[in-house]
Amino acid sequence: MLTVFLQFLFSGLTVGAVYALVGIGFNITYNATSIINLAQGEFVVIGGLMMWFFSESLKLPFFVSVVLTIITAGLVGLLMERLTIKPLKNPDLLLMIMITIAVSIVLRGVLMFYFGKDPYVYPAFTEGEPVSIYGAIIQQQTLWVIGITGFCIIALFFFFKKTIIGKAMLACAVNPTAAQLVGINVSRMVMLSFILSAIVGAIGGMAITPIALMEYDKGPMLAVKGFCAAIMGGLGSNRGAVLGGFIIGILESMTAGYIHSGLKDAVALIILLLILFFKPAGLFVSKAMLQLRKY
Amino acid sequence: MKKGDASAFLLLIFLIAVLPIFSGSPYTLTVGIFSGINALVAIGLCILMGYAGQVSLGQAGFYGIGAYVSSVLSVHAGFPLVASMIAAMVVAAFAAAVLAVPALRLKGHYLAVATLGFGEIINIVLNEWGPGGPSGFGDIPPFNLLGYTIHSTTGYFYLIWGLVVVVMFFSVNLLHSRTGRALRAVHDSEIACNAMGLDVAALKIKVFILSAVYAALAGSLYAHYVTFISPSSFSLFYSILVLMMVIVGGITNVWGAIIGAVVITVLPELLRRFEELDVLVYGLILTVSLMFFRKGLVPILIEKIQKLRGFAVVKH
Amino acid sequence: MKKATGTLFVVLVAALSVFLVFGNAFAKEPYKIGALFAVTGPASFLGEPEKNTALMLQEQINKAGGINGHPLEIIIEDTKSEEATAVLSAKKLIESDKVLAIIGPSTTGESMALVPILNTAATPLLSCAAGAPITQPVKDRAWIFKTPQYDISAVEAIYEYMKKQSISKVGIITISTGFGDAGKKALLEMAPKYGITIVAEEKYGPKDSDMTTQLTKIKAAGAQAVINWSVGPGQVVVTKNWQALKMGIPLYQSHGWGSKKNIELAGKAAEGVIAPLGRLVVWDKIPDKHPQKALLKKYTQDYEAKYKSEPGTFGGHAYDSIMMIVEALKKVGPDKKKIRDYVETKIQKWPGTGGIFNMSPEDHCGLDKTAFEMVVVKNGDWEILK
Repeated sequence: MLTVFLQFLFSGLTVGAVYALVGIGFNITYNATSIINLAQGEFVVIGGLMMWFFSESLKLPFFVSVVLTIITAGLVGLLMERLTIKPLKNPDLLLMIMITIAVSIVLRGVLMFYFGKDPYVYPAFTEGEPVSIYGAIIQQQTLWVIGITGFCIIALFFFFKKTIIGKAMLACAVNPTAAQLVGINVSRMVMLSFILSAIVGAIGGMAITPIALMEYDKGPMLAVKGFCAAIMGGLGSNRGAVLGGFIIGILESMTAGYIHSGLKDAVALIILLLILFFKPAGLFVSKAMLQLRKY
Repeated sequence: MKKGDASAFLLLIFLIAVLPIFSGSPYTLTVGIFSGINALVAIGLCILMGYAGQVSLGQAGFYGIGAYVSSVLSVHAGFPLVASMIAAMVVAAFAAAVLAVPALRLKGHYLAVATLGFGEIINIVLNEWGPGGPSGFGDIPPFNLLGYTIHSTTGYFYLIWGLVVVVMFFSVNLLHSRTGRALRAVHDSEIACNAMGLDVAALKIKVFILSAVYAALAGSLYAHYVTFISPSSFSLFYSILVLMMVIVGGITNVWGAIIGAVVITVLPELLRRFEELDVLVYGLILTVSLMFFRKGLVPILIEKIQKLRGFAVVKH
Repeated sequence: MKKATGTLFVVLVAALSVFLVFGNAFAKEPYKIGALFAVTGPASFLGEPEKNTALMLQEQINKAGGINGHPLEIIIEDTKSEEATAVLSAKKLIESDKVLAIIGPSTTGESMALVPILNTAATPLLSCAAGAPITQPVKDRAWIFKTPQYDISAVEAIYEYMKKQSISKVGIITISTGFGDAGKKALLEMAPKYGITIVAEEKYGPKDSDMTTQLTKIKAAGAQAVINWSVGPGQVVVTKNWQALKMGIPLYQSHGWGSKKNIELAGKAAEGVIAPLGRLVVWDKIPDKHPQKALLKKYTQDYEAKYKSEPGTFGGHAYDSIMMIVEALKKVGPDKKKIRDYVETKIQKWPGTGGIFNMSPEDHCGLDKTAFEMVVVKNGDWEILK
């Protein structure tokens, strides 16, 4: 009984960790710009596919591949911001979101062109037998995924709360005019937020590929789940995104395990809707805080 | 109604009448049919978003409800076709009401996700419990009324675009009525409306229901035209597509919904020649047009016409 | 001046004659057939090898002089794995391009949407999708044929083998798309005939990352074997999960498993996985005398030389559909009704990649469980089980 429950839990943690990372990526962009970047899912895919490209196709050493993948993802984020976000003066938020959707289509088209339709995989970061806890197994790569997610959360916490740049980024979304008045280069903060969210997304992709494989069109599903995670926790709250991600992952797994696997996605969504109806701004964001934001 | 709207109606009716004569190819007409079906959904969403200021990423859910309810009733319960379609719209209205009451308290992104969740839940339910499950089901009866059945592509073209004209007529009149003005007021400032004693919540719910009914109508037309449906046609992807149509056409003008629907439906057909690259080119065209035609095609067109006539450009 | 004009005249006549002689090689009208493949979208792993096969065959046939001197023109349209697009594309092919027949589409859903259209247009459809409803009931499918094997046949091959292994309790895990759903229905339907009880039925989505929950349930329900029914990355994820969980019971896959890529992606987890596969995938392991061997060898080698990857089962379905039409065109010429009749009545004992076809007015697919070999993965390669 315990074994079975633990197995379901571990499965939920595995997928939940990726949703959490995607959700955090959404928050980073949202916190600096109030924009929801729906190409966030594509960054995850870029992470997985580029990691394959560097480590398996070019046969570069592991750490070199990781660094190159991160640089590539950052570049894509930068390009996206410079080409499609920066040029627009006073854009309507809804328009921006639609543009990010259009960009995600372009990115998907490019990925499909270069990588084709096949799934890709590369070896787990550490080879070895899965760890067994009370009879339930947890693959080593899953531990990596959860560990990396945890590391990102802590690193970002320090970044946003303790560093000047991080605080400056947060200031931009609350009131860009005020931010400029105190000397923050808002446009640079926006650019940085896109680069950072791209990197976070790519890290998630790099970590999950050995378990789940990666193909060119995995982006939209991850983006939707990550977005739901961010909303559940309260947009802008990284703590919330993490909790939201794990809640969704575990709900899916428990539903599949104890109720009916065909309904797992539906139950997670129903719980999300219920949470929203009682806490309209998500778990960690109060309605008052929401009024402060532009959108 | 305003003079601009009257001209637009005449133009639309003229184009509808003339297209089958100029290009009777069933292929072109089929593209036109799908454009018309999409236009119905887009009109509803445009009113909801552009006038009432609410966002919905779940229109595919109502579209799917329309298709499935109408099909199941006409195939399995032997209902007459028009009755099935009306029943489908009623069911969608009911679902919209149930969703709207809690959901419309949400704002912005949160509302978007709530509607997204709704659309996805409907898709999952159809996949699990819909007749045929993911494989869908067919042999859905074609449109018939009072013993007369439509079989030809031209017939469906006229039927669907005829309905578009009717729906537009109703919508345009609604938007110029007291309700329409109230809607626009709501869009600009809910607080002010509440202060003036307007029942904002009730108004938003009614518009939400209206958009659901339009989508359900479109869904049932789709089902009876293609005569085969499966859940994969009623997914988040479609909801986003409809959203794209509204934005491209111009969210501030309900005629934009028709233009947007036609553009988004026709564009992939024109891009067939690019084969593998068609997705990429499609994305590029969308990105560029969103960036450069930010207000949407119809508002920009109207601005140009007004400039040509020497009027001062009226900002919406 | 006159001499120059004269020389010019001679040169022109010579050039004209050369042109008439050699340019005439394809002066005959092309035979146009349409092809609908899911080149993009969720089913693109089906559409891509199908399209490649079509292009390759078109080139080979035309190089060899075409069909009775007529060049073959295959007009390929991308359905984006969408039913509405399939409908639009089919209409375009029939009305604008005036094709003699249509190959494809790649999925069952798209094929079903086309049934009334092709029947009304009296144009033969040779679908590359597997679902039984595509060709049944046959009386409503006069113009519709399909080349992939029936799911029921694959299921029967599995169950027959399982019976020999004394397996009676089985857990099934299927993908939540039309392919998985059709497999599930077939698995449930055929189980009693082979004395098999389905102790657990689990599902997962096309983009899911982890299926350990579903597999754990199957083990807990007391299954003696697991059957996974899907195509795409899900097959590999299930295989990896199965190995990591050390389930201790054998894993069977559907006929969608037949691609070396799956073995490559699953790595050592694939060892011991059993599946009913069409002979295309194991062509080098079947005896030389087998009627399919020569064409399987040629198709695979040609495809690999041109595209640097294996065609896989799905490419093979396109091969079969196209070659049937080509043969019909050769024998009866560009007449839709005659082509249809030919396919229905003359494709008998016909070796293709999917198996040896026996089309008939009662069966517009023509394959049964003998189209499959039970194959196990051993040392990273296929091995035919006896």
